[in-house]
Amino acid sequence: MNVKKLLIEPLRKTNPVTVLVLGICSCLAVTAKLKPALVMGASVTIVTAFSNLIISLLRKGIPSRIRIIVQLVVVATFVILIDQFLKAFAYDVSKQLSVYVGLIITNCIIMGRLEAFALSHGPGESFLDGLGNGLGYSLILIIVAFFRELLGSGTLLGYQVIPQSFYEAGYQNNGLMILPPMALIVVGIIIWIQRTRHPEMQENDKK
Amino acid sequence: MTKPKNSYGFWKAFRDFFIAPKEEQNGGVKERVGGLRHYIDKIKPSFSEGGRFPWLHSTFEAFETFAFTPNRVTKRGCHVRDAIDLKRSMIMVVIALMPAMLFGMWNIGYQHYLATPSPLTSHLSPLACLWFGFIRMLPLIAVSYIVGLGIEFAFAQIRHHEVNEGFLVTGFIIPMIVPVTTPLWQLALATAFAVIIGKEVFGGTGMNFLNPALVARAFLFFAYPTRMSGDNVWIAADLWGTDAITSATPLAELAAGMRPSASALDMFIGFIPGSTCETSVIAILLGAILLLVTGIASWRIMLSVILGGGLMGLLFNYLSPLTSNLSTYFEIPFYYHYLMGGFMFGAVFMATDPVTAAQTNIGKWIYGFLIGAFAVMLRVLNPAYPEGMMLSILLMNCFAPLIDHCVIARNIKRRQKRAIVKSKATAQ
Repeated sequence: MNVKKLLIEPLRKTNPVTVLVLGICSCLAVTAKLKPALVMGASVTIVTAFSNLIISLLRKGIPSRIRIIVQLVVVATFVILIDQFLKAFAYDVSKQLSVYVGLIITNCIIMGRLEAFALSHGPGESFLDGLGNGLGYSLILIIVAFFRELLGSGTLLGYQVIPQSFYEAGYQNNGLMILPPMALIVVGIIIWIQRTRHPEMQENDKK
Repeated sequence: MTKPKNSYGFWKAFRDFFIAPKEEQNGGVKERVGGLRHYIDKIKPSFSEGGRFPWLHSTFEAFETFAFTPNRVTKRGCHVRDAIDLKRSMIMVVIALMPAMLFGMWNIGYQHYLATPSPLTSHLSPLACLWFGFIRMLPLIAVSYIVGLGIEFAFAQIRHHEVNEGFLVTGFIIPMIVPVTTPLWQLALATAFAVIIGKEVFGGTGMNFLNPALVARAFLFFAYPTRMSGDNVWIAADLWGTDAITSATPLAELAAGMRPSASALDMFIGFIPGSTCETSVIAILLGAILLLVTGIASWRIMLSVILGGGLMGLLFNYLSPLTSNLSTYFEIPFYYHYLMGGFMFGAVFMATDPVTAAQTNIGKWIYGFLIGAFAVMLRVLNPAYPEGMMLSILLMNCFAPLIDHCVIARNIKRRQKRAIVKSKATAQ
């Protein structure tokens, strides 16, 4: 079992957001501030890791014709647990994330990993794969949220980072950064940088 | 690696440039070679592979082709050429923009002096106004060109492309469609955003699907709304800086439910506050005539934008008895929409951008008509956006390829049908 490969690869060359382009919707929705992005990233990581584990354990017993519904039941269980947990212990963030916690059920990364990995691998590997993919998703979420909060609100995790003297000198927060389109553009720029640094990731159009 | 000799001093260059054209032996024929040509040939090796500045190759080439027609010829295939090329058409658009630019400069000064009463009678003289506006516009234009061209040159160099002239017009238009008090750093950021995200990521000039100048404006509009709309940005308070004198544009007055305080004639000539160079319909029409006579812009698009806006305006006039309270905007004569805000500027200079507009003739009618209609609809129905032209053009830019696709598909279908009928007729 190649622990390093399973954990580290999804952060880089098989990143679910920048390479597989999955989970974009929540990436747009929760990255205006760093805090919800962190919570969202942690929630998705937990759900992916544990649902991967459970499905992998059950994989020999699930009839393939109804596997999607079984997967959904498992994922939904974890999502509801997370949702209730957030409501109990982090009510503010839970309100900020609103429907997006519930929508983790439909997050393509989770179903993608279940279908592509957990159904054909052992529980240990599946758990690590889920963890790695969740972390890869979180990484991009955090990078996007970092820039959006810094440039859009001048704060990080709610604390003012850009000094007041800047504002007095005429600096203004960039309102576009708060709007969802900018999340898409930031993700695009990350993909651009990643592909420039790893030319082997670029598709060759001339075949 | 051979280093070229660095014996070509300033004085010699100066002499070659201005004084002594050289006679050169070229394949047995004596040719008089002009000073500049000679100079460029002389310094050329420095910028080629193995020279001292290979990283400035694209820059050098840009200036060389700017001064002289390139001597390379097409090697393969047939090519039909005519006299017009990208450089020439771009320069023509810049010339067409000049009346609006000059009027805009004058109007900046005029609005400023009008809002700051002074005992001197001479302060409203045309020259004083023009000078004030010139000083205000110069930094905007400089920032737009320096940032935009800097990025274009850098990209061309990295990608081993030639620098092309796409930015010549974009860089000229960007300062013309922003408020005069826009902070320079914001303008620089918007220009960089427009060039990189609006154009270069898609492959540079000719590949972009959104009008880059409007991308810059949209960036400013959504990123820094307080500097792009409202009553506190349109008239410059000083010769320098971002302070403004409070004033309302006709569009803002209408959005607030009042009739515009300026007369229709004033708005037509352009004596109103607004984005720097968009106010004067006359100056814009002068540019439009040049564009139409030279055939650079499409008359179909211009006409259909105007038709679309007018018909939409008439429709709202017709509907106005049905609306009880917000009826001022519904009631104004339809031609007011042409006179206010950036409608005409958009119709003449932005909707007709050959890269982002529809390419088929029927497509151009649809594209233009919808731009005009949406612009007026946004103005009247959505008080959050006093000006609808920018968003309307950007929206239709997105749809232009789809419109073209449908027009072409329909044409193919029709001709196929005709061919089938004909072949049946001949078979019988």
